[in-house]
Amino acid sequence: MTDSNKTLKLTVRDLNLHYGIKHALQDVSIDIREHRVTAFIGPSGCGKSTFLRTLNRMNDLIDGVKIKGSVKLDGQDIYANGVDTVELRKRVGMIFQKSNPFPKSIYENVAYGPRIHGLKDKATLDALVEKSLRQAAIWDEVKDELHKSALALSGGQQQRLCIARALAVDPEVLLMDEPASALDPLATSKIEELVYELKDRYTIVIVTHNMQQAARVSDDTAFFYMGKLIEFDATERIFTSPKERQTEDYITGRFG
Amino acid sequence: MERHFERDLDQLRRKLEEMVGLCTDGMNAAAQAFVEGNAQAAERAFLNERRINQLEIEIDHDVVDCFALFQPVAVDLRFLLAILKINNDLERIADHVVNISQSAVSCAAQPPATRLELPRMFMLAQNMFADACRSFFEKDLQTARMVLETDDMVDGLNRSTTREAVQMVKAGTLSLEAALELMRIARNLERIGDLSTNIAEEVIFHVQAKVIKHHGDENK
Repeated sequence: MTDSNKTLKLTVRDLNLHYGIKHALQDVSIDIREHRVTAFIGPSGCGKSTFLRTLNRMNDLIDGVKIKGSVKLDGQDIYANGVDTVELRKRVGMIFQKSNPFPKSIYENVAYGPRIHGLKDKATLDALVEKSLRQAAIWDEVKDELHKSALALSGGQQQRLCIARALAVDPEVLLMDEPASALDPLATSKIEELVYELKDRYTIVIVTHNMQQAARVSDDTAFFYMGKLIEFDATERIFTSPKERQTEDYITGRFG
Repeated sequence: MERHFERDLDQLRRKLEEMVGLCTDGMNAAAQAFVEGNAQAAERAFLNERRINQLEIEIDHDVVDCFALFQPVAVDLRFLLAILKINNDLERIADHVVNISQSAVSCAAQPPATRLELPRMFMLAQNMFADACRSFFEKDLQTARMVLETDDMVDGLNRSTTREAVQMVKAGTLSLEAALELMRIARNLERIGDLSTNIAEEVIFHVQAKVIKHHGDENK
């Protein structure tokens, strides 16, 4: 059930985003609570991934993007002048649809982030790599071959390695953009279990096309359509008795 | 584009309509058996009950298939949950109709004055049942709420029937055996009223996602 007393981790107000002349996000306001899993659902092109990327300023990298409105992380506007985007993305990590390990060893993939943030001590790095791989529920599968190429892992293992890599820099928020859409049901189930385990320590926002996945893993669900946030509520409410007709039509497959 | 899930839902709806038709026919037969002592009518209620039992199993099975294959949500989920419960309510109503039929034939031998409030109870229970089922198929909340309000009347008639039957036994104007049969019919009609109320509650759950049984979240 919705627990309104939970601390807000991200607060977004009146967010508008234009790609050139396309008004991709329109007046989006939402509160994302700490240590909860928030799912974004909606048809292709509805703006959910674009919105996810506004939460750690990944859209800054795209030409012609204009953003208005505010996105606050722990009360601080991440679009304010002087915000260090490298530091922001350390605090708000991202997992992509397609696993993208570096063409390096398993160990180096996880150690890379902490190293560029200044961690040099081998023993500390070793401990951090193990801790991150354990948190990503992949340690037992790779502990004896840490120096093997990450590219030799299966798709599901690669995705969990990418999660370990994201965890290694000690983020506060994890953004996941369809993290299991390319995985088989078993690998998907492991990612979903992992999401459930990780929410005790992190705030997680997940974009998914899989309605049942949103229902299984998230506490809150937001439905986007044509760049607008149509409905945001506790997940159990969205999937049993949504308030908006558009939400109901989408989740029951009657859309369009 | 029509989803094939819609066709499965339509098929379930049709099976439930068949069950409702059989229950209605059984109730009419039981009422006829009560008024006329018509043993053939009573037999019809028994036969209907067999088909209702078959349909109950088929509907249960179909609903499980729908859950497993389509993972329904929102209005579809509520519809299937409502079907599952109404299916069970209908099967129990059919059992009560059989109980009534068993007692009805023997009561018909009694003079009309000893039928107490039972003709009125029959009429009210039949109407409640018909309205509850119609409100489900037509998603008619107003009628569903009306059914809920009628239940108190049926409960009251059950109590007055029992009270009057006891008085008549004491006064020697009704045999103990006849009184027991009358009270049995009244109790079963009262249960049909309760089960019709359950159906009406499912209508409100299906249409409005509100649970009102035991005054659940009536005011939410």
